[in-house]
Amino acid sequence: MPADAPVWTVILVVGLGTWLLRFSFTGLIGDRPLPGWILRHLRYTAVAVIPALIAPLVFFPAAGGGAPEPARLIAAIAATAVGIALRSVLGSILAGFAVLYAMLWLLG
Amino acid sequence: MSLSKPQRSAFVDGLRAGAPHLLVIAPFGILFGVVATETGLPLAQVMGFTVFIVAGAAQFTALQLLNDGAPLLIIIATALAVNLRMAMYSAGLVPHFGSLPLRTRAVAAYLCIDQSFAASAYQYEQHPEMTAREKAAFFFGVALCLVPVWYGSTLAGALAGQGIPDSFALDFALPITFIALIAPALRTRPHVAAAVSAIVLSLLLRGLPYNTGLLVAGIAAMMVGAETERRLAPAERAS
Repeated sequence: MPADAPVWTVILVVGLGTWLLRFSFTGLIGDRPLPGWILRHLRYTAVAVIPALIAPLVFFPAAGGGAPEPARLIAAIAATAVGIALRSVLGSILAGFAVLYAMLWLLG
Repeated sequence: MSLSKPQRSAFVDGLRAGAPHLLVIAPFGILFGVVATETGLPLAQVMGFTVFIVAGAAQFTALQLLNDGAPLLIIIATALAVNLRMAMYSAGLVPHFGSLPLRTRAVAAYLCIDQSFAASAYQYEQHPEMTAREKAAFFFGVALCLVPVWYGSTLAGALAGQGIPDSFALDFALPITFIALIAPALRTRPHVAAAVSAIVLSLLLRGLPYNTGLLVAGIAAMMVGAETERRLAPAERAS
């Protein structure tokens, strides 16, 4: 870490900015009714943003040097399959880690 | 503030829904504590990240850029770009939290992390009969199960202060937890269409600077989900 790195400035500005992002809509809009087409888009917030966030990490992980890495890719497929089949968060996490460690052990 | 019986039960349901994510929050927090300490930050600054920002991906991004000596404005803009999804979560909570007092919404905003939002959104879809107060109780249950552990695990990692063996592959804890959050929600065609387009677009756009690919892919995928829903029969829409 550079000696003159503005660490506290980054912590406080990013912290405040992140809270404002989190507060933006619930704080400003409150209980004013939203049009149906907006609600229809908002229903897909989580299933749109989270896959977009992790897909690059799954297909091009830093651990593979920016190239696909078989153990992590197979673990991600296992976590997805179990999560869909069992509708279980815990099952999905356990399957993901079990397959990840098994594949890392198998593939060295 | 006293809670009614349904609120207490919703709060406990929230604690239960949050519990599986401890498996990932705890190692991820330890990892942040270890990595931040290894870059030479004092304990107060390591904990400052975790307590003020409460968002692992943005914390790692800011830490990396600080360590690289990047300009202040670039560091702030990039970390906030990683967290722009929080504004979409905030928008997603409006129909559920809109009637709550401002102070409750302000505290809920601080506690809105990926897990508390996604677990709550899933619960509200399954139980549309919940009142706003019950929904808030569930949300606070999930968050209060996880956020204190985020602080504690960061502290543990900072105090341990030495590298966790690479063989633990903790770099993949974040993708696995997020897959586990989303996979159970992929139960209608619009949900699947949104997720698949998000994956394809984010891979195509990952070269764009400052995480703007994430934003474009996320917004486009929301539009795909909404449009798919609009075109389907009402029977499937309601499911």
